[in-house]
Amino acid sequence: MARSNRPVSRRQAWWLLASALAASLPLIPQIPTWLVFAAGCAFALRAALTWRQWHLPPRWLLVLLVIAGTVGVFLQYRTIMGRTPGIALLVVFLALKLLELRAARDAVATALLCYFLVLGQFLFTQTIPTALLAALTIVVTTATLLAAADDRPHPQLQLRRSGLMLAQALPFMLLMFLLFPRVEGPLWGLPQDRFSAVSGLSDSMSPGSIAQLSQSDAIAFRVQFKGDVPPQSQLYWRGPVMPAFDGRSWRVTKKRGTYSKVPYKEIGTPVDYELTLEPHGQFWLFALELPGTLPPESSLTSDYQPVARQAVRNRMRYTQRAWPDASAGIDESPSILEEALALPANGNPRTRAIGAGWRAQHGDDSAAILAAAENLFLQQLLIYTLNPPLMGADMVDDFLFDSKRGFCEHFAAAFVYVLRSAGVPARVVAGYQGGEVNPVDGYLVVRQYDAHAWTEAWIAGRGWVRIDPTAISAPSRINSNFAAAVPAGETLPFLARGDLAWLKELRNRLDAVTNGWNQWVLGYNPQRQRDLLASLGLKEPDWRSMTAALSVLCGGVLLGLTAWILRNRLRVDPALAAWRRFTARMAKRGIAWRPWEGPLDFAERAATYAPDRAATYAPDRAGSIREIAGLYARLRYGPAPDATDLKLLKAKIAAFTP
Amino acid sequence: MLLSLRSRIHETFVRWALRVRPPEMAPIVLVQRRVYVLPTRAGLAYAAALGVILLGAMNYNLSLGHALVFLLAGLGIVAILHTFRNLVMLSISPGRCTPVFADDLAQFNLVLENQRPDARTSLRLFVADEDPVEVDIAPSAKTIAPIKVAARRRGWLPIPRITIETTWPLGLVRAWSYAVPDLNCLVYPKPAAKAPPLPWQGESARGSTRDGRGTDDFSGLRAHQVADPPRHVAWKAVARQQDGPLLTKLFSGATTQELWLDWDALPNSMDSEQRLSVLTRWMLDADSAGLAWGLRLPSIRLEPDNGPAQLAAGLRAMALYGNGAQ
Repeated sequence: MARSNRPVSRRQAWWLLASALAASLPLIPQIPTWLVFAAGCAFALRAALTWRQWHLPPRWLLVLLVIAGTVGVFLQYRTIMGRTPGIALLVVFLALKLLELRAARDAVATALLCYFLVLGQFLFTQTIPTALLAALTIVVTTATLLAAADDRPHPQLQLRRSGLMLAQALPFMLLMFLLFPRVEGPLWGLPQDRFSAVSGLSDSMSPGSIAQLSQSDAIAFRVQFKGDVPPQSQLYWRGPVMPAFDGRSWRVTKKRGTYSKVPYKEIGTPVDYELTLEPHGQFWLFALELPGTLPPESSLTSDYQPVARQAVRNRMRYTQRAWPDASAGIDESPSILEEALALPANGNPRTRAIGAGWRAQHGDDSAAILAAAENLFLQQLLIYTLNPPLMGADMVDDFLFDSKRGFCEHFAAAFVYVLRSAGVPARVVAGYQGGEVNPVDGYLVVRQYDAHAWTEAWIAGRGWVRIDPTAISAPSRINSNFAAAVPAGETLPFLARGDLAWLKELRNRLDAVTNGWNQWVLGYNPQRQRDLLASLGLKEPDWRSMTAALSVLCGGVLLGLTAWILRNRLRVDPALAAWRRFTARMAKRGIAWRPWEGPLDFAERAATYAPDRAATYAPDRAGSIREIAGLYARLRYGPAPDATDLKLLKAKIAAFTP
Repeated sequence: MLLSLRSRIHETFVRWALRVRPPEMAPIVLVQRRVYVLPTRAGLAYAAALGVILLGAMNYNLSLGHALVFLLAGLGIVAILHTFRNLVMLSISPGRCTPVFADDLAQFNLVLENQRPDARTSLRLFVADEDPVEVDIAPSAKTIAPIKVAARRRGWLPIPRITIETTWPLGLVRAWSYAVPDLNCLVYPKPAAKAPPLPWQGESARGSTRDGRGTDDFSGLRAHQVADPPRHVAWKAVARQQDGPLLTKLFSGATTQELWLDWDALPNSMDSEQRLSVLTRWMLDADSAGLAWGLRLPSIRLEPDNGPAQLAAGLRAMALYGNGAQ
């Protein structure tokens, strides 16, 4: 069509520059510096072109620049596929398209590129501020589209119209967001750069590794309990189990699950909860001990650790049931017990000697050895601290007998070591302990500084028994929180500190908002969609019923909006409406009002017209007709219509029998 | 082949779309069911872009990406409504149409009335392949859209089918409608470029007109008309009454010198269109000279007279000669 060939006006060029800026500024942290600079130059050139009304650069130059930009992106990332290179390329195209605004269709293409870049922002962050910024970009870009179609209105008017149209689009967005059948991505392989390093527990534990986590108040996961929150001392969130020891660090041996359902008896009262796990890049899923159900797409390792089939790269939510009183592994396989007894050939002679002594004293009585070990930890008056001294080669000896200062990993490692040296199978369990309930939304928030390590010992007839050696020496770590257990004066992460209550309160509120956003906006996935629709009464929602519901509801909104948009504001004069009622009743009696007939003429004709001689008419019928017509004529054609006249007319017509 | 098929399908659609037999009764109101809406090329590009954004949002599990797509899809739906509203219930009435000569541009004035208390923006009216006329209409107001069409043949030229379209506000969708208002333009024959001299009846009459126009008997005054020769203006009478109208002196001599524009007086070698063309030229020449003239056509006879009414009657007779549509 001829319209798409119209040249781009100056005003339109300014608009396009504005939306390009709005779309690309938030991306500055994501794209290479040279590209920021180059795009900035292109934007400045665009401004100059518009300001001075210079000629556009020749097309061959733009083609060269596109090639140069693409090569630049390739050299930067060694690929042009994937998230960051893709965004960088889009910025190149957008910047150069601004220098090629020849016709109206170039303007449309530029605006569409801006919408694409909004999606680009979401690839990196989806927080509430990002969403607000994106909304701003969308309003400006839509105003640009409006200006591309008609550039005469004042910019403020364009922005207002853009906002109005987007506001009208909101109900559609909401319905589609809720009801559009969701597909769990990815649809095709994701480039590796989608994921960046995240903090959390790793699959090995060496001295200092958990102490390092204790400096972070990043959130590990959030939990919503179906019933009451269990006591703090029961909140052991089982993470990677580490039976292998090389003399310095403990290590996970089972990366894949063997059970598809839990292999132990469910006894006692279960605890039900929903856990929202922040991405940590590992396979394991945290669960309250002992996990009673398995999240979808996961299995259980032989040491009762739920693992997902794929590494947790996205925020993940699953419902769980825990059996706090259950005991696992009563008939544990010999190979696992053997693994739980292995110690390096030498090292830590003092600990080994004590272990050997207990073995000689109690024989196979594991329970007695366990009691002896707990007693030893109690007697040694060990100190729980974030800053233990450096330990030598015989770490366990150093910790138990010399420095007597350590963090939870020292406690756990020493406890397992001493049990193993006495011939009792034992292993280290890493995970999180405790958590803090956010009073604003009732979620239990578990942060990285809640990371913990404890132990499990195998006792014949009872299976694996949890012992937390830290609790022996520093019970407040378990009963209240880690800040209470650490000696005063040690550096704690901000949120773990007890002071600054109002800041904490503020942070709690912000966190509740973020959590709501994560749960209901970002975490609205196929599962949550099904749950929501099921709770709304849609039985077994599938894509068919969702599409049907979506069409019906969108159709309803469309109708409402159409009625509102096409509403006819020409209201019928109430006097005319009353007159029409009157003439309609007269028409039933065989005398129809002709549209060109004056009301008084009609009254004359009607008053003298009595087709049905047999029928009896009200005695004052002719008078009433004349009166009604007179009133109506005065209201319609007379000067300054009177409200009492209108009332009278309505009353007369209501009382009239034709 | 393909093109002709396309145009035939288009023609069938238009005929179905119009439904009533043209021309239509005035005023033509573009009610809901005669306004059509389809995406423009920009709209298709927009839809395609949304598709790609949706794929990206699905692939990367971006909830906000979904929200973006759905918001923009909603915007598309809203754009349809706004565009539709911009056109629907527009009322079109035929306006004036000044007669033209063949080969000139006929200008059909259509009165567009906006009964809504909101403005209508960027409505385009056009005929087949002509350039569109773009108009805005203020709230509850009327405006005139001049539609120009080349007048090829003399006679009545009905206004061709009008397409009224708009892509406002976003340019993503196009709403359009068709109308054939009851409006005709009278097209006069094209005046001959070269024509024989005016056909005076007899030598003496012609001579006296040439030399002694001023010597004829003065017969009275009448209001000055544009076509009256300046030398016939009664300057003295004008000077007497300062603010009065210009007056023209009438001479009784004109009645004796009859100028008959006669179809039969033209050579037999001319066909009827050529004759009409020459007669038109004569008529215009005689009128601009302020002469009274009569017209004889095989079926029509106009008594000699001068002035615009005479000219209009003469030209009209020529335009409609032999068409039976008189």
